[in-house]
Amino acid sequence: MSVVLNVSNVTKCYATYRSNLQRFANWFGASIAPTSEFLASKNISFQVMQGEAVALIGQNGAGKSTILKMVTGTVRPTEGTISVNGRISAILELGLGFNAEFTGRQNIYQAGGLMGFSQQELTEMMPAIEDFAEIGEFFDQPIRVYSSGMMARLAFALATAKRPDVLIVDEVLSVGDSYFQHKSFDRIRQFKAQGSSILLVTHGLGDVRALCDRVILLDKGTVLKDGDPDEVVDFYNAMIADRENAKLSVEQKRNDKGWLHTRSGTFQAFAASVQLLDAKALTPVSTAVVGQKLILRVDVEVKEQLPKLVLGLMLRDRTGHIIWGTNTWHTRQILEKPAVGQKLHFDIAFSCDLGPGSYGFSTAVTGSDTHLDANYEWQDNVVVFDVVNTTRPIFVGSSALNAQIEIVRG
Amino acid sequence: MLQSVWRYRHFILASIRGDLRGRFARSRLGAFWFILHPLAQSLIFSIVLAEVMRARMPNIDNQAAYPIYLLSGMAAWGLFSEILNRSLNIFIEQGSAMKKISFPRLCLPVIVLGSALINHVLLLAAILVIFMFFGHFPGLAWFYLIPGMAIISILAFGIGVFLGVLNVFARDIAQFMSVFMQLWFWFTPIVYLKSVIPPKFLPFIELNPMTPLVGLYQDALLLNQGPSWVGLWPAVFFGAIAVALSFVVFRRASPDLVDAL
Repeated sequence: MSVVLNVSNVTKCYATYRSNLQRFANWFGASIAPTSEFLASKNISFQVMQGEAVALIGQNGAGKSTILKMVTGTVRPTEGTISVNGRISAILELGLGFNAEFTGRQNIYQAGGLMGFSQQELTEMMPAIEDFAEIGEFFDQPIRVYSSGMMARLAFALATAKRPDVLIVDEVLSVGDSYFQHKSFDRIRQFKAQGSSILLVTHGLGDVRALCDRVILLDKGTVLKDGDPDEVVDFYNAMIADRENAKLSVEQKRNDKGWLHTRSGTFQAFAASVQLLDAKALTPVSTAVVGQKLILRVDVEVKEQLPKLVLGLMLRDRTGHIIWGTNTWHTRQILEKPAVGQKLHFDIAFSCDLGPGSYGFSTAVTGSDTHLDANYEWQDNVVVFDVVNTTRPIFVGSSALNAQIEIVRG
Repeated sequence: MLQSVWRYRHFILASIRGDLRGRFARSRLGAFWFILHPLAQSLIFSIVLAEVMRARMPNIDNQAAYPIYLLSGMAAWGLFSEILNRSLNIFIEQGSAMKKISFPRLCLPVIVLGSALINHVLLLAAILVIFMFFGHFPGLAWFYLIPGMAIISILAFGIGVFLGVLNVFARDIAQFMSVFMQLWFWFTPIVYLKSVIPPKFLPFIELNPMTPLVGLYQDALLLNQGPSWVGLWPAVFFGAIAVALSFVVFRRASPDLVDAL
């Protein structure tokens, strides 16, 4: 695998000068220091291999879009270098370069030219674009009569008409109906399978897990974490929770089976032990049978005076998709002013109606219904267990629906 | 820089075509509007000033001499001000595309230049028809307009791109220029004749690089005469400096340009 995109020690600085004359003087050799500088990216380095899909995540203002613009080439880095091996195609905004008075077809020529295609290339690509956009007779009508979804279809069809070596996507896939979103995602996946590298900015953490091999977490213009999707996404979630609290503390470790355990919070109250037990024998369970009655026992210790205490639970599958989750705020079992030093037992009894596979429980000890407000402790994958199917006919998926099939001969 | 513009020639041509089509889309009279505009202006000046000016027009007894003089000057000035004004604002207008699509930015003023030249040729064709209506038939001197157009384009493009780049950082420049262009128009013998200027102001008028260029149009279209080539040199010189300066500023400002949009 070869390196397709190499970002090395890139810094972007937006400078403000006392007067524009000083800025102009700097172009001609003077070296006048700007009055203030804003560092949008600080010393960022990463590489993207051929066929690799990398997501950039981070909060607003973390510097994600700045990096995409620098990779695209519209914004120049103040320091450092960016080298790209091959053709790059960027979808930073759908519908740029379009003229409202032109038909879809004319706009393809116009905006396609802006992307660097010749008229002849565009003529060759036209049938494929028309086919992919699926806007029918609107293709030959002025785009001012288009709905925003149709505009997005046309723009996406053009932007991805030719497979690039590097595809850059900035949060544009959230437009359009779900059918077209699927189609767009499929096309991106196809490109990836054919060897294109993808660099994507998104806030949909589900997309990250579904599409990306690697995630880079940015914060205040620096790379905070660069690694496997589950690791970085869990870290990011813990980080958002702790943003609200003064004490930031995130611990991550991976167990021998590859499950990642993330623990974060202020630890004013925390789950001292979490166990998965068989409901009858009360013995620990690491492999459960479909339909087995189980109890999740959570022992919470309260270390400081707290106004409220809520226990949240979440069950996720191996890929991180949420199977189930609730908390004691929703079940109206909020504990008001729990005594300091008190130990609380929570027994969650449930039937293991899950499909065969591997699952992990996450727990949250918080002060309200969301873990963003007062996060005492959040633990991802604190209990991990496998489910095997020995009792029921073979089925797939994560839910044991207990369906009955009735056959009537007519 | 120029090489990359050449690579994007298809885009430039498509944009010029689009620019023209976009301008006339959805209006019933379409292309007539942009001809009607200078015509209406000339008509107003003719009505107001015809009697005053005709007495001053030497050696010509054509009733239509003043309107012809006026339209010729207006056409030259129109080309100049269209290129200059639109280059001045083009980077700001196309800011969102420049931020998000990587393409040679010099294409933008080149598109402005191309579409202004085509507009100008269309206007000249319309003027030709009007002149024939006045009984004033064109001569070979019309060919002198070609170097005239070239010099006006160089001058306007140079000044426009130079100020257009600076305008991204200091937006007052466009405001200042809209006032300045009015003054410049009245400091150029378009509406009035050079002969009515008091001698003490004459040096200012002579320094103005647009004076010989407007004069070239007026001589060619009204008198069927060639220009005084010597008089054109300052304009060529000034234009060449403006273009060179605009390229230097453009190149130096390039890294900062998108940041300020």
